[in-house]
Amino acid sequence: MIKVVNLTKNFAELKVLKEVSLQIKPKEVVVIIGPSGSGKTTFLRCLNGLEQPDVGSMEIDGIQVDAGMLDKEKNKRIREIRQHTGMVFQNFNLFPHMTVLQNIIEGPVTVKKMSVKAATKLGEELLLKVGLANKRDEYPSRLSGGQQQRVAIARSLAMEPKIMLFDEPTSALDPELVGEVLNVMKELAKEGMTMVVVSHEMGFAKEVADRVIFMSDGQIVEQGLPEEIFVNPKAERTRKFLNQILK
Amino acid sequence: MDLVLQEFPLLLKGAYYTLLITAVSMTFGLIIGLLVALARITGNKVLSGLARFYVSVIRGTPLLVQIFIIYYGLPDVGITFEPLTAAFISLSINIGAYLSETFRGAIISIPKGQMEAALSIGMSYSQAMRRIILPQAARVAIPPMGNTFIGILKETSLVSVITVTELLRASQLLISKHLVVMPFYIAIAIMYWVMSTGFSILLGKAEVKLSKAY
Repeated sequence: MIKVVNLTKNFAELKVLKEVSLQIKPKEVVVIIGPSGSGKTTFLRCLNGLEQPDVGSMEIDGIQVDAGMLDKEKNKRIREIRQHTGMVFQNFNLFPHMTVLQNIIEGPVTVKKMSVKAATKLGEELLLKVGLANKRDEYPSRLSGGQQQRVAIARSLAMEPKIMLFDEPTSALDPELVGEVLNVMKELAKEGMTMVVVSHEMGFAKEVADRVIFMSDGQIVEQGLPEEIFVNPKAERTRKFLNQILK
Repeated sequence: MDLVLQEFPLLLKGAYYTLLITAVSMTFGLIIGLLVALARITGNKVLSGLARFYVSVIRGTPLLVQIFIIYYGLPDVGITFEPLTAAFISLSINIGAYLSETFRGAIISIPKGQMEAALSIGMSYSQAMRRIILPQAARVAIPPMGNTFIGILKETSLVSVITVTELLRASQLLISKHLVVMPFYIAIAIMYWVMSTGFSILLGKAEVKLSKAY
C-alpha cells in the first residue's frame, strides 16, 4: 500500500530525514513514536506531499513519486495521492467559516464534483459515525477540541480514502477529550483502514497497532509488534525514550 | 443660503459624480488589488517583482501627479482620455495599489494549516485559495477596506483639476458665478461629511454581519 525508499529531507543544514525506507501493507495500522525533532511528523507530511523530500521515492496506492521528478508531473501525482489519502492534523485545521456539515462536504463537492445532495447524505452518515449528528449546523468554534478533531476525521473520510494519516491527533486535546478521538480511530482500524499514526498514546498503540516504529534523529531506529517495542526494546535509544514518556 | 438652495441641483449632480467615481474606481481597484496581491504571494519572481514595483511607485508618488500624468502626460504619446475616464483610471490604479497591500496582509494572516487542510483533501491550489483562504481573508480585510473607501471618496476632489465636475468643481463653478465663497464650501463640506458617515454606517453594519457568521 505504501512503499518508501531512501526518503531524505533537509531543512537548510539540518538533516530531518536520513534515507528512511518503509513498507506498509493494506489494512495495517502503524504507530510512529519518537522524541520531538526525530522527523516523524516530517515523514508523515512527506507521505501527503505537504513536505517535498530532497531525495528518494515513494509509492502510495500504486502512484509513484520520485524526488527528482519534474515539478508539474510530481504535483499532479501528489494531488492524486491526496485524493485517496486522508490527513488529520494536530490542530484540526477545520475551516472556521463553514459549518460542520459544510466542512465535511467541501472535498466531495469541490474536488469530486459530487452533488450537494449526495454529499450531504454522505456527510450525515459520517457525522453519525463520529457521534456528532446533532452538531451538523454548528460552526467549529462552538465545538470542543475533541469534537473538532472528530469532525476533522469525518472531513477526511468524506473523500473515501484508502489510507489515513494522523499527525499527533490528540496532542492538542485536554486529557478528558482524548478518549473520544481515539475511539473513533479504533473504530476505523477495526473496519480495516490502512493507518499511519504519529502519536504517543501507548494504550492506543498496544490495542490497535500492528506495528510500532521508533524514530530518532531522522532514522527508523527499530520497529516491531507493540509488545516487543514497549516491553522489550532492543535499542538503547528506544529504552531511554520509553523510560522518559512512561515515567 | 438661498443661493445654495437655488443651486442645489448642480451640487447634487456634483455629488453624483463624486459617488460614481468612488464606486467605479473602488470596483476596479478591488479587482486590481486582488490580482496584484495574488501575484505577490503566488506569482513567479518576475510577476511578483512587477507587482512590488507597481505598489512602490503608486504609493511613493502623489495621487495628483498620477492624475496629471494620465490626463496631461499620456496625450504626448498619443493616448488621450476623456476627463471622466482619466479620473476612473488614475483612481482605480491608485486604490488597487493600496488595496493589494490590505489583501496581501489579510491573506498572509490566515494560518498555514488552512491551506494544508484544503490541499490534503485533494483541492488544487486555486480551489483552496478561492474556497478556503480568500473568504477568510475577506473578513480580515473589510475594516481597512472601509478606510480606503472613505479615503477615496474624499480624494475624488482631486480630479476637479482635470475638469471633472464632481462636487468640489461644481461648487467652484458656482462660486465664480455668484462671487460668494463660504456658503458653497460649507455646503459641500457637509455633503462630503454626510456621504462619508453614510458609508461608515453601512460598513459598520457589514462588519457586524460578517463577524456574526462564525
